[in-house]
Amino acid sequence: MEVLEIARWQFGITTVYHFFFSPLTMGLAVLTAILHTFYYRTNSDHYKLLTKYFGKLFIIIFALGVVTGIVLEFQFGMAWSEYSRFVGDIFGIPLAIEALMAFFLESTFIAVWIFGWGRLPKGIHLISIWLVALGSNLSALWIIIANAWMQVPVGYVINNGRAELSDFIAVMLNEQMLVMAQHTIIAAFVTGGLFMFGISAWQIRRKNQVEIFAKSARIALVFTAVSSLLVATTGHTQAQHTVKNQPMKMAAMEGLWETEQPASFSMFAIIDQENQTSNREFRLPYMLSVLAYNNTTSEVKGIIDLQQEYEEAYGPGDYAPPVAVVYWSFRLMVGLGMLFIFFSFYGLVLWWRDKLEESRFYLKAGTIVMFLPLVANSLGWIVTEMGRQPWVVYGLMLTQDGVSPNVSSGSMLLTTIVFTLVYGILAAVAVFLVHRFAKPGVPEDAEKMVHAY
Amino acid sequence: MDFQVIWFILIAILFIGYFILEGFDFGVGILMPFISKDDVDRRIVINTIGPFWDANEVWLITAGGAMFAAFPHWYATLFSGFYIPFFIMLIALILRAVGFEFRSKMKEIWWRKTFDQFIFWGSLIPAFLWGVAFTNIVQGLPIGSDMNFTGNLLHILNPYALLGGVVVVLIFVLHGALFLSLRTTDALKERAETIAEKLWIPIGIIIAAFAIMGYWNTVLFEGLGLVPGTFPTLAILGFIACYVFMKQKMQGYAFAAMAATILLGASVVFYGIFPNVMPSSLDPSYSLTVYNASSSQLTLRIMSIVALLFVPVVLAYQGWSYYVFSKRITRDAIPREE
Ligand code: HDD
Ligand code: HEM
Ligand code: HEM
Repeated sequence: MEVLEIARWQFGITTVYHFFFSPLTMGLAVLTAILHTFYYRTNSDHYKLLTKYFGKLFIIIFALGVVTGIVLEFQFGMAWSEYSRFVGDIFGIPLAIEALMAFFLESTFIAVWIFGWGRLPKGIHLISIWLVALGSNLSALWIIIANAWMQVPVGYVINNGRAELSDFIAVMLNEQMLVMAQHTIIAAFVTGGLFMFGISAWQIRRKNQVEIFAKSARIALVFTAVSSLLVATTGHTQAQHTVKNQPMKMAAMEGLWETEQPASFSMFAIIDQENQTSNREFRLPYMLSVLAYNNTTSEVKGIIDLQQEYEEAYGPGDYAPPVAVVYWSFRLMVGLGMLFIFFSFYGLVLWWRDKLEESRFYLKAGTIVMFLPLVANSLGWIVTEMGRQPWVVYGLMLTQDGVSPNVSSGSMLLTTIVFTLVYGILAAVAVFLVHRFAKPGVPEDAEKMVHAY
Repeated sequence: MDFQVIWFILIAILFIGYFILEGFDFGVGILMPFISKDDVDRRIVINTIGPFWDANEVWLITAGGAMFAAFPHWYATLFSGFYIPFFIMLIALILRAVGFEFRSKMKEIWWRKTFDQFIFWGSLIPAFLWGVAFTNIVQGLPIGSDMNFTGNLLHILNPYALLGGVVVVLIFVLHGALFLSLRTTDALKERAETIAEKLWIPIGIIIAAFAIMGYWNTVLFEGLGLVPGTFPTLAILGFIACYVFMKQKMQGYAFAAMAATILLGASVVFYGIFPNVMPSSLDPSYSLTVYNASSSQLTLRIMSIVALLFVPVVLAYQGWSYYVFSKRITRDAIPREE
């Protein structure tokens, strides 16, 4: 395999690993802070136990987010040095600010929170977990400013053979960033919410401390229900920006070979990229125009037309991303989004009828559904990142030009394999630990549960 | 002063901050197996750095991010050139972090032993590799006209650079022992003090040898005669002061003197290479300098405002966290396990 291909696999694998854990951290940090606030307001032992219990699971997951993040920070320079030289003037800014503003906040105050039980005034202890929640979500915001710029470059001039900053505010308030950040952060809330619900449902089903876990289940349900609705609406908004800013990505997401007006939404298709056609397709009339433009009349461009436009603009080449992967990832993500809405609202109905604790089937489903947001997150990023191929910076730099010229394919392969194995093992250990600590439920005495090493 | 110089100084500060802070927690990690008599001791040792190590590591992440933003070519050349060493360092840092986080989560002996190994190697290897990397930089690297490193791994692992790795490890061990003597009590504290006192002379000899060899091996002393410059002189004084304080049982001052030694020693490096950031051994005109490796003026100006706004805040709350957790850790502070 070529260096380029391996480097791409490596980046994909390491970011997907990272993005398994960071949305969980972002969501759980907020939820733990909410539980802690309930404890602060009510002084009830139940909420104290729940705070410590979910806090403990949060810490285990947090550790994995940290160790996968360090690799990403260095990977740009190690494996993508030409890319780094080209974008550093702009892309480096949010990365540096993220570290200064978010990582310091998070890593300092998580320690303050963990080691602060019984040592700090209660108000300050509560503030420290909220600062952790703020820090982790700020970190998402800054990294998305960086990523959004690769998707839709703004505020730059090409100078000295690289992209140089010309308008800082434009980069910070990139409209692509605004829609991506909403969608990603709220998706993280869904991830955390369903995780907390899944664990609570599991304990309720096992009839373990039902009274306590009924409380966390309800908080998680409300939180998830609201967030899952917002994920769908923000996703819908995002699609409208995609069609405008990256029409090729949208065409690939839809498997739309020919331009259509009004455009129909494809529900199922077997994609044949070589012959630029789809087989056994089933389409819903008008629906793509609705998704893309919020009306039933607009035109959506197809891949074949776009390919021609790109060739005129950028010279010969293949400008279509891998259509089948993007198409199916998008469909699965949206499908899962619908499932989460249905699932959480069904839970609210059960609660309304006072049947939540008895519905064994629903509780059981909760322990499965809790893993699905992780899948949806990865799929969303696959759509975003693979959908922008062959560009690494849309319209400015091809992925193939970004890779480090002086790293051998042997080194690249070795590191990819080792990272994958190490992360795989660590992920397994983390799942094992989360399961082990989750299973017994909360101890009868809150002081028995310690967070220090 | 132009922005390039300001940013060179800021990056130097971030790296020096990283070496001072993570320096002691690397040292503590390396000492952990040797200084502990039982598992409670090991847990005390880990808890001395428990609230700090992650935030200390963020200094490195920030240094990396700031380098990316302010000197993209420096970032690209350094990290792609040292691909394999940085890869090994990353693996070590990963294992170390999970070592701290997961060790106490299970009581089984094999479990704890495994994570003890992670903590030890995870502290030793990065410390060593930082020494190797920075020695290489001051030796000058085969950097070609396209700014890329053209050497191979053997080049990086030359004997003088390996000695540089050993020196950094030893300095961090001493720094860590002094830190432990501030954060522990009783027998553990005494052992930490003894280790620090015993190690001081051999470490001093090795550093001296390394520094003297530096006259022939590095670009640092070019243009200097036999009399070392200001930073080296102050670094030597700091190191001696450390010993004097140790003998007086003034551990706090000894630790501060050691921190000052690291600050001044690292300043020798940064001051010595300036205005280069990565000197080329092939042709001086290929060297990366603060001027040809930097970002645009606009980016540097914006980054300066950002740094001015956030660095003081970060320093304030990090300082506060050290104050909150300044109490020594006793055996009673470690929760008993059934
Ligand atoms: C819990 C996770 C989750 C769920 C349920 C959804 N999404 Fe999503 N989606 C993400 C998690 C996500 C993500 C991982 O966070 C992405 C990747 C990049 C981004 O900004 O968000 C994403 C990307 C993403 C994109 C890519 C835009 C681009 O790169 O140009 C679109 C158009 C949508 N989403 C639309 C939707 C719609 C219409 C949904 C309907 C319910 C939906 N998403 C549910
Ligand atoms: C955290 C969620 C993310 C995931 C799951 C993800 C996933 C991926 C995947 C799968 C690839 C490989 C694409 C391909 O080879 O076709 C990739 C490439 C890449 N991504 Fe991301 N990405 C994420 C976030 C980001 C962010 C936030 C950035 C920038 C700050 C980024 C920058 C890159 C770069 C530089 C490449 C390499 C070039 C390429 O192959 O396109 N990614 N990513
Ligand atoms: C949209 C994509 C991303 C999001 C939402 C995100 C979010 C987070 C969050 C919430 C954390 C802290 C919590 C945790 O440790 O799990 C974190 C850690 C980290 N992330 Fe990401 N991240 C993303 C992609 C990236 C990328 C592309 C990089 C590389 C530049 C990166 C670098 C880091 C680093 C270095 C850490 C560790 C910080 C520490 O030591 O405390 N992240 N990320």
